[in-house]
Amino acid sequence: MYRRTALKLAAAAALAGALPLGFTHAADPIKIGAVAPKTGPLAGGAAITHWPNVQLWVHQVNERGGLRMRDGSRRKVELIEYDDRTNPGETIKAVERLATQDKVDFIVAPYGTGLNLAAAPVFAKYGYPQIACTSVTDKVPELTKRYPSIFFTLGTTTAFANSVAEVLNKLRAEGKIGNRVAMVNVADAFGIELAEAARPIFKTAGLEIVYDRSYPLGTQDLSPIVKGARAANPDAFVAWSYPPDTFAITEQSKIEGLNVKAYYTAVATAFPAYRGKFGKSIEGHLGAGGVNLDTPEMKAYLAAHKKVTGKDADYWASPVTYAGLQVLEQAIEAVGTDRKAVTEYIKKATFKTVMGHWKFVNQSIHEFWTVGQWQNGLFHGVSSTGLPGAKPVIAKPGW
Amino acid sequence: MDILITGILLGATYSLIAMGLTLQYGVARIMNLANGEMLVAGAFGAFWVFTAQQASPFAAALVVVPGAFALNWLIYRYLLRPLVRRAKNRGMLEVDSILATFGMSFVLVGIMLMVFGGGYFTYSYLAEPFEIFGSPFALNRVVACLVAVAISGLLYWGLNGTRTGMALRALAVDPAAAGLVAIDVPRMSAFSFALGGAVTAAGGIVLSTFLTMDASIGVVFTMKALIIVIMGGVGDVRGAIVAALILGLAETAVASLIDPGLTLAAAYLLFILVLLLRPEGLFGRRQS
Repeated sequence: MYRRTALKLAAAAALAGALPLGFTHAADPIKIGAVAPKTGPLAGGAAITHWPNVQLWVHQVNERGGLRMRDGSRRKVELIEYDDRTNPGETIKAVERLATQDKVDFIVAPYGTGLNLAAAPVFAKYGYPQIACTSVTDKVPELTKRYPSIFFTLGTTTAFANSVAEVLNKLRAEGKIGNRVAMVNVADAFGIELAEAARPIFKTAGLEIVYDRSYPLGTQDLSPIVKGARAANPDAFVAWSYPPDTFAITEQSKIEGLNVKAYYTAVATAFPAYRGKFGKSIEGHLGAGGVNLDTPEMKAYLAAHKKVTGKDADYWASPVTYAGLQVLEQAIEAVGTDRKAVTEYIKKATFKTVMGHWKFVNQSIHEFWTVGQWQNGLFHGVSSTGLPGAKPVIAKPGW
Repeated sequence: MDILITGILLGATYSLIAMGLTLQYGVARIMNLANGEMLVAGAFGAFWVFTAQQASPFAAALVVVPGAFALNWLIYRYLLRPLVRRAKNRGMLEVDSILATFGMSFVLVGIMLMVFGGGYFTYSYLAEPFEIFGSPFALNRVVACLVAVAISGLLYWGLNGTRTGMALRALAVDPAAAGLVAIDVPRMSAFSFALGGAVTAAGGIVLSTFLTMDASIGVVFTMKALIIVIMGGVGDVRGAIVAALILGLAETAVASLIDPGLTLAAAYLLFILVLLLRPEGLFGRRQS
């Protein structure tokens, strides 16, 4: 822990040193605002997926000497951060403050589906582009129509449920599992939406849901759920879960000996902490997200993330969050700090990101990873909506 | 049978959360809203010992428990004593201490955020099946239950079998009268507050073996502890333990027999019933 703190201090010092202190700076820094949870229920996820990427991006841009503007000048980036305490009201207030008092040039989109949707009207009101990298929702068409400066990159609920059904059917076709699925979900917007999308999709895919229950947000005592699921004698287990309960469900399943050949938990399965806690026993676990770990861009990104922030990136939304910042960076470099021009540029241009080439169609990215799987200690993408580099899915060995 | 054992294990977890607060509120009369943060601090200590020192998380107790005792003593001595002194009656002290400790909880969250970062803290320790009557249960939860039994046993003996314990009980009944029979009220109050903090931190160590924590999760534990303490009756350790067990059994029964989505509803229904039928709590004394 000492080493971690020391690293953090070092990173902070490096950041401070990188800020323009009078020497060689040709132009004023570009002010970037960021608001996301540092405390509250979503703080744990934001500390893994969101904040380190903001830190990494600012560090890298300033280390390069700043953003290379069209007129040839270099402008460094100055970051202003706020904690919204996972409270949508606070997110809105902070965005307003960034826009009206701090007068920042751009604002990094908030963290999570709910907070992004809450802040969307304010972003639109002040004309800030909002590249929502950590939102999964089926309301994308509706929202992009209503808010001309919002962008989505992580995918839709239906696509996630579809992919899980496809992966299960692939294993079924190979004769590795039967068609009995036990499904549980956290009773929060994310879990409810996914469970509702999954019910008809699983049914049409020929999968029989033999256990279907929800549990309240924040519950970590999930022994009754796992016992119930095991009693239903399923071939596959699917949990539309959030981070703390993902850990709790996995631990309980291991203890109860819930032996299924397809085991899926949603958010946090792609976290390095998941591997840290369960070690080798997660071989074959399926989860939301995934990445193509074989591209040189991804390898360089993961190494830089570790070096600059002192911790590992997750294998899902971390690189997507970073790619969103790359989009902002390339758009500013192309057209300057005029927010309207930047928004228009994002709608039309193609961007070179850590996730590959990104081209927004109707303000959203349509190729994204949906299901990943732990194979030999790494979380590989096994299913996507048209991305290259998916690994073949394997059946889960015993615990 | 499964429901009974799972419920008892959950109840033991809850009693670990609540026992510290019942000492602090019942005897020292401080409704400590920063109680959950103390628990998380204990859990972080265990996490650090386990990951950085590669030692058993329970070894953290050697440092964490005396540390929490000292820290809570200082908090009471320098932060809360002035409130106690200027309070004209019990109601005023309650309001003041709620406000003060509410603020303190934010400070503690901030400090933990700075020191440990905002990410999740989770590790595997004793996450093995342990058979009771042929069904597997998590060994770390069984251990937590044993620790809860040990701590409550010690507290019960301490409160009922020693002179200091008698003084504490006298204080719980009536601080003014306790002062009249030569009990050093300020010192005893500080002692019980510190003891409560130490018990809470010890609970945090045990809980960290199976719960995933982050720097700002403390308020979840504070809320649970609050419900249990009020249900059990202010100032009675037995009440808190019984209330914790009832809550654990009820939640497990509802989750297993009806629907896991209704566990919270069941907990609050019980809470309301107790408040309606016995406002002073299961083991509380009616105020005259």
